[in-house]
Amino acid sequence: MSEILVLVEHVEGQVKKVTLELLTLARKLGTPSAVWAGPGYSPDAKARLAEYGAEKIYLADSADISDYVVAPKAELLAQLVSEKSPAAVLVAATAEAKEIAGRLAIKIDSGVLTDVVGLQDGLVADQSIFGGGVNVQSRVTKGTPIVAVRPNSTPVEAAAGAGAEEQVSVTVSAAAKGARVVDRVKEEKGARPELTEAAIVVSGGRGVGSAENFSIIEKLADSLGAAVGASRAATDAGWYPHQFQVGQTGKTVSPQLYIAAGISGAIQHRAGMQTAKTIIAINKDPEAPIFELADFGVVGDLHQVVPQLTDEVVKRK
Amino acid sequence: MNIVVCVKQVPDTATERKLRSDDKTLDRDAADGVINELCEYAVEEALLLKEAHGGEVTVLTMGPDKASDTIRKALAMGADKAVHLVDDALHGSDALGTSYALAQTLRKIGFDLVVLGSESTDARTGVLAAMLAERLDVPQLTFAKKVEVNSKSITIERVTDYGYDRVEASLPAVVSVVEKINEPRYPSFKGIMAAKKKPVEKLGVADAEIDASQVGLANSWSEVADFAAAPPRAAGTIVKDEGDGGVKTADFLASKKFV
Repeated sequence: MSEILVLVEHVEGQVKKVTLELLTLARKLGTPSAVWAGPGYSPDAKARLAEYGAEKIYLADSADISDYVVAPKAELLAQLVSEKSPAAVLVAATAEAKEIAGRLAIKIDSGVLTDVVGLQDGLVADQSIFGGGVNVQSRVTKGTPIVAVRPNSTPVEAAAGAGAEEQVSVTVSAAAKGARVVDRVKEEKGARPELTEAAIVVSGGRGVGSAENFSIIEKLADSLGAAVGASRAATDAGWYPHQFQVGQTGKTVSPQLYIAAGISGAIQHRAGMQTAKTIIAINKDPEAPIFELADFGVVGDLHQVVPQLTDEVVKRK
Repeated sequence: MNIVVCVKQVPDTATERKLRSDDKTLDRDAADGVINELCEYAVEEALLLKEAHGGEVTVLTMGPDKASDTIRKALAMGADKAVHLVDDALHGSDALGTSYALAQTLRKIGFDLVVLGSESTDARTGVLAAMLAERLDVPQLTFAKKVEVNSKSITIERVTDYGYDRVEASLPAVVSVVEKINEPRYPSFKGIMAAKKKPVEKLGVADAEIDASQVGLANSWSEVADFAAAPPRAAGTIVKDEGDGGVKTADFLASKKFV
């Protein structure tokens, strides 16, 4: 079977769920090899990657790799593509990994597909474009396909791989050291899962009414182990931080369950959540377009409905 | 400081967006063309940097003739001049081809700083700024929510999942911005009138020393094999809250095994 490189997403040494999804997907296409870039590698990480099918783990765990923006990781992957001749390179469709994919594509003169939601035989990729309005099948026609896959698009399945480690020596070029990270600032986000990775997202919009009232949304999210999102109306009003905005100019999420509270469902918002598997809408306005997408909807005041729902979820646990 | 701000005309999100059945590229006639929203933030940031540090702001766009509307919008906001890369040979270029064509043009016109929006609302690949940095071999300062320039160096706050990174580089560089960075100005009447007299240079593929075999639909690195309108979602159950809306929602969640 041909080798498929999977760039590992990790935070504080923990392998992120999307990587397990990519390994699951890669097993259908060939033999997955995980690529670990940057510090933080541990036996735990190795175990996790092997559990989901990584036959090999390429390790490039020097700080140099992550101390500069994007370029060193693209160099690392380009080096591995030239040494190992894989059939494809898979990355998560996160902002940074897409940039890595983009730079890699130029380095290895290969096509790149972004925001892919499914991969079929022959590396034909499914994409959902124009805010979910059009489904596209596309493929790379030159070079080694580079595919950025959206989190939550593949159900994870464990299947042990050997997890054989191979150290990769990389010398980050001077050119790749142009943009240096001098500080990493962590902003409070509590213990909630990351927005783009979360299986459940609870979002609040204009109907929430104030920053204080977002606690209603947060409580429901916490009862479900969900991430919190917000519509642009809510982030523009300053009720919730911008990085939680779901929509065309914010994050695109594709969770198993999306709960929209007090969100009318303008196209700008729908572009960021339309591929959610199950959608629940709570809104006072029965004409709100969000109800056109909803599998279940409640026409009512979120300030009544959401706390009651939270109580019920807690009760039924 | 010589600032070039790249802008893109996109189909208005509020209108129906389609692909053409013949060559599977964007149907530019089906929807109204508007300036990509994040490009307005890029123009604004370029103007703010010019106001603080002096220099000149040049608008660069690649697109068909009608993209000149988008150029005028950026000029009306206050940019000084524009370059319109327009050539049938460019039609259907993918991100690799587009980044190549823009990089060649940027080399030709020269720059200290290139500013872009971090993503377009049509293709939404979010890769162009990174690709330009790669092609131009200059520092990549992307997803900026803040930009500071001090003579030869530049610092940005790069938005990340956990907050942001402070990133430093020297000029020249490529910057992409997120919408949090500023509040784009509306063109004033005076600005709109002045824009009509500002110089717009039209360049074709040969003028920009673009190798035609590296651009256009036929030379792209990827292709759309097929497409179809997404099937509509099945109609859901909508209930009116009679004091038990939360309970009913919980019942629905239970039926789907979420609780």
